[in-house]
Amino acid sequence: MPHSFRLGPADLQARPSGALFWPAQGLLCVSDLHLGKSERLARRGGGLLPPYETPATLERLDAELEATGARQVVCLGDSFDDLAAAEALDEADRLWLVRMMAGRMWHWIEGNHDPGPVDLGGSLRAELPLGGLIFRHQAGGDGFEVSGHFHPKVRLAGQSRRCFLTDGQRLILPAFGAYTGGLRVEAPALQALMSPGARAIVTGPRCLVMPMPRC
Amino acid sequence: MALLPLALTRWFDAKGWQLHPHQQAMLERAEASSTLLIAPTGGGKTLAGFLPTLSELANSPHKGLHTLYISPLKALTADIRRNLRTPIEGAGLPIRVEDRTGDTSYTQRRRQRADPPHILLTTPESLALLLSYEDAPRIFDGLQRVIVDEIHALAESKRGDQLMMCLARLCSLSPGLRRVGLSATVEDPPALAAYLGKDTAILLADPGPDPEISMLETETPPPWAGGGARHAIPEILEQVRRHKTTLIFHNTRAQAEIFFHNLWLQNEDDLPIGIHHGSLSREARERVEAALAEGRLRAVVCTGSLDLGLDWGDVDLVIQVGAPKNVKRLVQRIGRANHRYNAPSKALLVPANRFEVVECLAALQAAKDHDLDGAPRGPGPRDVLCQHILMAACAAPFDADALYAEVTQAGPYAALTRDQFAACLTFCATGGYALRAYDKWQRLLLRNGKWQLRDPRTAAVIRQNLGTIIDTETLKVRLRGRPTPLGEVEEAFAASLTPGDTFLIGGEIVRYEGLNELTVEVTRQPGRQPKVAVFGGTKFATSTLLADRIMALLQQPRWPGLPAHTAHWLALQREVSRLPAPDRLLLESFPQDGREHLCIYGFAGRNAQQTLGLLLTKRMEELGLAPLGFVATDYATLIWGLDPVTDAAPLFDLAALRQGLEGWLQGNAVMKRTFRNVAIIAGLIERTHQGRRKSGRQATFSSDILYDTLRRYDPDHLMLQITREETMRGMVDFGRIEAMLARISGRIDLVRLDGVTPLAAPLFLEPGKIPVQGAGRERLAEAEAQALLRAAGLD
Repeated sequence: MPHSFRLGPADLQARPSGALFWPAQGLLCVSDLHLGKSERLARRGGGLLPPYETPATLERLDAELEATGARQVVCLGDSFDDLAAAEALDEADRLWLVRMMAGRMWHWIEGNHDPGPVDLGGSLRAELPLGGLIFRHQAGGDGFEVSGHFHPKVRLAGQSRRCFLTDGQRLILPAFGAYTGGLRVEAPALQALMSPGARAIVTGPRCLVMPMPRC
Repeated sequence: MALLPLALTRWFDAKGWQLHPHQQAMLERAEASSTLLIAPTGGGKTLAGFLPTLSELANSPHKGLHTLYISPLKALTADIRRNLRTPIEGAGLPIRVEDRTGDTSYTQRRRQRADPPHILLTTPESLALLLSYEDAPRIFDGLQRVIVDEIHALAESKRGDQLMMCLARLCSLSPGLRRVGLSATVEDPPALAAYLGKDTAILLADPGPDPEISMLETETPPPWAGGGARHAIPEILEQVRRHKTTLIFHNTRAQAEIFFHNLWLQNEDDLPIGIHHGSLSREARERVEAALAEGRLRAVVCTGSLDLGLDWGDVDLVIQVGAPKNVKRLVQRIGRANHRYNAPSKALLVPANRFEVVECLAALQAAKDHDLDGAPRGPGPRDVLCQHILMAACAAPFDADALYAEVTQAGPYAALTRDQFAACLTFCATGGYALRAYDKWQRLLLRNGKWQLRDPRTAAVIRQNLGTIIDTETLKVRLRGRPTPLGEVEEAFAASLTPGDTFLIGGEIVRYEGLNELTVEVTRQPGRQPKVAVFGGTKFATSTLLADRIMALLQQPRWPGLPAHTAHWLALQREVSRLPAPDRLLLESFPQDGREHLCIYGFAGRNAQQTLGLLLTKRMEELGLAPLGFVATDYATLIWGLDPVTDAAPLFDLAALRQGLEGWLQGNAVMKRTFRNVAIIAGLIERTHQGRRKSGRQATFSSDILYDTLRRYDPDHLMLQITREETMRGMVDFGRIEAMLARISGRIDLVRLDGVTPLAAPLFLEPGKIPVQGAGRERLAEAEAQALLRAAGLD
């Protein structure tokens, strides 16, 4: 079950998958897909991890598009683990992505890992102002801001789960990619970005809301 | 003594020493290609292993490495070095002995590679590392003998499997190499001989007199639950006073710490007593080892880190605190006391709680009857083979056929098929995925008929990953402002601390101040009640033999062999509820602390009881009973949840359980934990090294994610095959569940009670609780989130 909340002028829904949906705009937003991560690790001489994180992530994205009927999509950066990973995208995965993009407005936001995919179509920009919100990869600017980058996670009832963070001014999305770790919300970087009264929206079988743990 | 060189004979004569028959026999068999010596502790079996070496080196000078000695413990190598020095210096033999372990300095290790000593004492992991270097053929050229000490202990884990492959490699590097295995008493000598390799001859030494072993009687009865054995401290101190040196064994590090702390609170005579376990810093351990060797300590509180054949001279009493779980291990452990051949060793068992009184009595009877337990080993695990292949690639390009032929010379891998080997090689080279993604980035490449690393720089990563011991992640603990660490605690434990919390380490109470660059900073805080340190401890399952003996004991109408308090406890259980019977299955259902509990007395051993817990909670989840978690011991499984179980029959249908097993095996926590270990050993993922962990942004992600992904997209992948095999064999132990269900054949007694029963009480204090991720957990998470919001005034 999604959790509905307000950010500035927008009525938004945090979804249990970690995606954000904006019904009024028909907009689905996901962050930090890190597609091609296993390929990048192998290239750099690390372990040969199961090369399935791209289909695994695309499958979940496809399900979210299906469930929401989104007409436009914002990928908030670090969509690919690096540019070479974007170029090395498997043909089947590329076609899958292109099929999902067809008929939708698709915005790629630049991340710190990737300046965005080069030749996949869609628009590519550093940040995207839309309907009174501003979408960028990393939080820290002005406006009602939607960002990713940090992969926040929080402990609830003994479990560590990915979560959204929001204080009414900023919204930070959890990572959507299959092979992504997380940063505990107690980390100074996240503590500094969120004003008092911030909440965590915890992902899982359903979204749960709790106060953001402060320290 | 004819075979001994004159200098040694003279020295032995001067000391008034005589060779034992099995030591003489080892000299006579010096030329045999492979020998397994089984001798009781204190029988001088290490010297027996070295005598032919000393003899050969005394008679003719040798250039380079002559004998390699491998022991499971670093401490053992240091000890053996000291012990060897006595006859070598005493007889004036021109022999250089050195040890090489993870603790040896970098420069020393460099020098050893360039100029190896005559005798090198090392561990399986250090040997694997040595073999991974390009100059391995030069280092081991001319090696004559290899001695594997405590082979019975090594054979119980993957360390032994790795070592046997390394021995096969040594035999290829130095043809004609002679192998010697030294073992304590075991239940199946031929199986251990086959493990050491083909054509291994067995030499059995006179086992000596039976040990004097009994249960320590205490004025205060042991508690109903818990593992501290605090109640026995006055009597234990009295025993320490009466003996020269006492070793006090505990089953876990945490127990050893708590016990040591409590012991000192009552040690009014200030008897010098030390502590030794694997979580203490090397400096701390070495201090205790040296003090013990010099006879400056009256007792040492220890764990398995002192379990093996360390020759601690004057130890004349062994005290085992807690149930021994396994008769064979008990017998081997008692061998610590009285290291004099033909003198009986003396040991006392101290049950820590009342159930353990029963278990100790059963173990005592089994030891007296010479009834040893043991299960046959399965074939060598393939994750270890994968690591071995990568290790081989680090050393030099290799030919696949030659490596296969070599590996099958190792006992555990004698039955390995060419296909199985090929699958492991493919895994190492390409990852072995159904989706061929890494053609460009293969780890191993076939060039000119030989396999080699694509990128030679990866050798460093592979070397760092060598070894089959997977530690839980730990953080160093140090006093604020001091450079030397006190020891280590598990990361999960450190994460649970908030500044001001106190815990025990190295017998001291310390106050947690904060984390500083992955080090836990503490200050001394004497006199406060400590929070308990949770160290990792090895868990052994009570053997079938011992469990059967316990069941039989429980069935007695009265218990004249048990102390009154325990007999009374069992009688109380019989009155309040029932006592488990061998041909029935007892279940107790009761509310406690706001949760519903179900206790299943299967007596199937810890692993099988754990599996039962996993299968039953899955069934309960399906039936809407909202289980939250469970904990398993050797005799029972305790499940807690939000709703009570009123009908047990649907839970215990064997067909449904077996069906559940297949589905369950895929998704459970034990499987994921096993997968992580397999993936690390096989080189799929790297172990997290102390210094390399990222402190800020976490770049790693959980191996659970890899497991789930593989399961979904590549269910037949080698890593999953190995994980499945391993869980079924060791951790799952489904065979014992089947045997239990066959035994009871549907006779299940579900007793509903108002609260916890005498027999169920100990389970509440068991560590290792396993959460169930299901509807119950979601209900709780929801309630907690609500409560937090309310508390923050946000609702």
